[in-house]
Amino acid sequence: MNLTLHVWRQKNAAARGRFVTYPASDVSPDMSFLEMLDVVNEALIAGGEDPIAFDHDCREGICGTCGMMIDGQAHGPRRATTACQLHMRTYRDGDEITIEPWRADAFPVVKDLVVDRSAFDRIVAAGGFITARTGSAPDGNAVPVPKAAADLAMDAAACIGCGACVAACPNASAMLFTAAKVSHLGLLPQGQPERHTRVRGMVAQMDAEGFGTCTNHFECEAACPKSISVRFIARMNRDYLVATLADRGEPASAEGGTG
Amino acid sequence: MELRSNVPEGPIERKWEKHRFEMKLVNPANKRKHTILMVGSGLAGASAAASLAELGYNVKCYCYQDSPRRAHSIAAQGGINAAKNYQNDGDSVFRLFYDTVKGGDYRSREGNVYRLAELSVEIIDQCVAQGVPFAREYGGLLANRSFGGAQVSRTFYARGQTGQQLLLGAYQALERQIGLGKVEMFSRHEMLDLVLVDGRARGIVTRDMVTGEIESHAGDAVVLGTGGYGNVFYLATYAKGANATAIWRAYKKGAAFANPCFTQIHPTCIPVTGEHQSKLTLMSESLRNDGRIWVPKKARDPRPPNQIPEEDRDYYLERQYPSFGNLVPRDVASRAAKRVADEGRGVGPGGFGVYLDFADAIKRLGANVIGEKYGNLFEMYERITAENPYQVPMRIYPAIHYTMGGLWVDYNLMSTVPGLHVIGEANFSDHGANRLGASALMQGLADGYFVMPYTVGHYLASNKIEKLATDHSAFRQAEAAVADRVRSLLGIGGQRSVDSFHRELGRIMWEYCGMARNQGGLETALEKIPALREQFWREAKVPGENEELNQSLEKAGRVADFLELAELICLDALERRESCGGHFREEFQTPDGEARRDDENFCHVAAWEYAGQGQKPIRHVEPLSFEYVHPSQRSYK
Amino acid sequence: MSANAIPTPLRLNRTTGRTSSFLASSIGRKVVMALTGLVLFGYVVVHMLGNLQIYLGPAALNAYAVKLRAMPALLWGVRVLLFASAVLHVWAAVSLTRANVAARGIGYRERRNRESTYASRTMRWSGVILLLFIVYHLLHLTLGTVHPGFVPGDVYHNVVRGFQMGIAPFFYVLAMLALGLHMYHGVWSLMQTVGLSHPRYDRLRYAFAAFITALVVLGNLSFPIAVMTGLLKDRSSSRAATAARR
Repeated sequence: MNLTLHVWRQKNAAARGRFVTYPASDVSPDMSFLEMLDVVNEALIAGGEDPIAFDHDCREGICGTCGMMIDGQAHGPRRATTACQLHMRTYRDGDEITIEPWRADAFPVVKDLVVDRSAFDRIVAAGGFITARTGSAPDGNAVPVPKAAADLAMDAAACIGCGACVAACPNASAMLFTAAKVSHLGLLPQGQPERHTRVRGMVAQMDAEGFGTCTNHFECEAACPKSISVRFIARMNRDYLVATLADRGEPASAEGGTG
Repeated sequence: MELRSNVPEGPIERKWEKHRFEMKLVNPANKRKHTILMVGSGLAGASAAASLAELGYNVKCYCYQDSPRRAHSIAAQGGINAAKNYQNDGDSVFRLFYDTVKGGDYRSREGNVYRLAELSVEIIDQCVAQGVPFAREYGGLLANRSFGGAQVSRTFYARGQTGQQLLLGAYQALERQIGLGKVEMFSRHEMLDLVLVDGRARGIVTRDMVTGEIESHAGDAVVLGTGGYGNVFYLATYAKGANATAIWRAYKKGAAFANPCFTQIHPTCIPVTGEHQSKLTLMSESLRNDGRIWVPKKARDPRPPNQIPEEDRDYYLERQYPSFGNLVPRDVASRAAKRVADEGRGVGPGGFGVYLDFADAIKRLGANVIGEKYGNLFEMYERITAENPYQVPMRIYPAIHYTMGGLWVDYNLMSTVPGLHVIGEANFSDHGANRLGASALMQGLADGYFVMPYTVGHYLASNKIEKLATDHSAFRQAEAAVADRVRSLLGIGGQRSVDSFHRELGRIMWEYCGMARNQGGLETALEKIPALREQFWREAKVPGENEELNQSLEKAGRVADFLELAELICLDALERRESCGGHFREEFQTPDGEARRDDENFCHVAAWEYAGQGQKPIRHVEPLSFEYVHPSQRSYK
Repeated sequence: MSANAIPTPLRLNRTTGRTSSFLASSIGRKVVMALTGLVLFGYVVVHMLGNLQIYLGPAALNAYAVKLRAMPALLWGVRVLLFASAVLHVWAAVSLTRANVAARGIGYRERRNRESTYASRTMRWSGVILLLFIVYHLLHLTLGTVHPGFVPGDVYHNVVRGFQMGIAPFFYVLAMLALGLHMYHGVWSLMQTVGLSHPRYDRLRYAFAAFITALVVLGNLSFPIAVMTGLLKDRSSSRAATAARR
């Protein structure tokens, strides 16, 4: 099949970007969306043009590196599917496809469709962990974890950090990402000691990064390639409230130790 | 070059304990005076960086991905082995050690493997404490499954995303240290050279993949955890960005490369659909528990699978290996698939596929039961192929999945370059000629959490390491060399894309150095690869410039290194005149087509020393001795 | 993009009090929005129920008004609470909206929504309409400033007379539609914001929001419609009062 692509091109973070139209010829329905872009890029290189930069790595839907807005939908039209797992059989001959980078000021464009998602790393650094020095752990079975809690924690932990939730949110909010980590760790007995400092630290960092706020559109859940539930956002809100009420004035930064 | 394994004396179960006592310690107050450069942020790299920083060292960590959370460890599905014996089914550290040595077809170092088995127990504890959501029993205790044909249930798992969860645990520990300022993280940075001063590894040169800036970083020790080199085959289950550049640069600076020909092929991947294919996707090995593998008896049978009657089907694994049937080890299953495909009996477009049929299992257990067990895998298969495995048999074919070879390291995981440590898949140490399922995650974390913190300290404490800044001439030279190479790549000025070279290299490697190898083929490859390399440096087209995010340039640098490494792999495969594990030489097989080891002549590690541009590398040998697990022939009949 | 500079507050500032850090946080402001919304929502329901007494005739409704005025502490307490809630609600809305607008400087050329609703996407517009409406409503029926024939104390007359005026009922209907959208999203959304969520009962949140919204909107809409259809008529007493004023 033959397609027409309208792709956002932007040389670097400082440059002004614009849409450029490219033909994608002889696209096989078995190709993944990224393989289709590979083919377009091969043609661009052959024609002496700069290929379209896009982030990708594992190409099996787990690393969270790829991500682009395809016809106004994060990762394209298929639910629970990353761009690398979206196949061209979804499209028909003659289709026009608009491809844009994730749009959020907290995710500045690096080049073309590549954005900088290091804000997510900083949110994790602000509390998205359980402090457990290597070597200090008790036996794995010392603390039983109810199966239901472990399963729900796993649902939250399935997040791949791709940023589709932010991209799809009308407010560019990172609540689903943050809530998934807060919930994953907060559901486990091992995560209890830092539960309050964690949620307050992560939310403070999330806000400081310049993400928008949640107005419960739930576009994030619909866009999430791992179908992470917005219930985790409610859970985080609850945790945050409790953490604030439980704050007795100790420094919230008391976690850590000597490092 | 001398290969001293430095395995401590004494009974095997006491070696690590004894060694831990004998190793020198760095005074706590002095730790913060040392800087350690950690290249790679996968399971091994992230866990090592976090653990070293916890001890007080200053750590700089580098990864080519945009975040350390994306390293390809994340894609491991099955699980992680540990000799916990929670199932009361007879497991023990010794049994895990025994299974691993045997599974590796007696080409690994006993001392290292024993330590790995010992540490496996602590890994699980550590990961649980970090909040890894392992599968649980109803009573809240950890669940296990049996994996990869093991006779005990020792595999811990988190749904089909064990690698992801373990990596996120290590990543979170790493991010904590980043937040505390103990680790400085350099994402989107690629290591392009190793810097030696007075024969010791003292730094690296990186390229900032966003700005193109070429930067030097000095440290007191360098650790590489940069993964395997399977992408030399182009089509593999690896991440697209996975590359051998770091270890190849280290090799060219004097680190020996051990057993490069030991590559692992996984039998259950989704077959190639066409020229555009950029990577292969693995389907969990567990599918073989219920699926039956077959091909038509007749070559090039045009009928769709459902119209081929029972008598025209060849369930070749069940026929050839009646006792193990469809559950034979990875290497055996892979070679059998290749044989039938070579006979023209392969299925699907291009004929590179075999059926994995669930019809009988569905008839026996019902679609519901099969759905419960494999539903998510079936869904993934359908997403990729648009075929419904409940109705038509899956098509699978082997693909490159792991490399057991890597930089040679001693018991301390230090390479032949003092101060250069290598961990995880990047080293060669623990899996011999074949890796067992659920062992890669174990090794990565054992190296990172529990070996590096001790042995790096020992290295720093037992050597006088001068202060050093990046204005040292060694850095200037390395930077100049890197800049030079970047310029030459951009200046090739040919017409052919880098990807097309990579694809062609992959075809050569798969054809001549893939599942089955022989002298003639390897010799052919050894002619074709240098020719392709020359052509690359003449005709490749690398658009753009250095001072920008330039993915073509990144690719070009990696492919240029693969074009050199490929030759070493073939050379090693040629010289190892025996079959063992994943290395199958057609000349060396038993009458019924099984791998025939030659313990008399090849019970050793082959470690290659770089001898200079255009020179044949020098093959060194580290003899292996087996005091605890006595070599025997594997049989799955 | 060399080393990850961490410019932003990685850790909460030790000196920040919990109230100020709570109010500075996005979730804190959301909770303020939710709780004040709850107050306003509660008022709207009571207001509508109280006004239903119009169908009992002028005496009943006017007596109800007298009863309310007889309890100035309660009346003013409620008024202060409502005013404070409205101010905080608007403050939260404005500050969150500004953050949301700022969070995406460059928008998408193309955008397809999957899960959001018309109500959720138009909260800020329905909110603005409601704010304008409240001002108008106070001037119209509480203060009588923009009322053609306002009689202090004669609530029944004021309502009926007020809705006979050309544009007023139209504006009321429009405002009630905005209220419906705003309330539907607001009611279930505030439960999500304060963390009231449970897999088994989440669907009830929507049902509850839809039910209560329909109740309020239909109840409120009934007043102008009843006047326009002639179901509610201005009585002679009122006319007399009007005459007396002339």
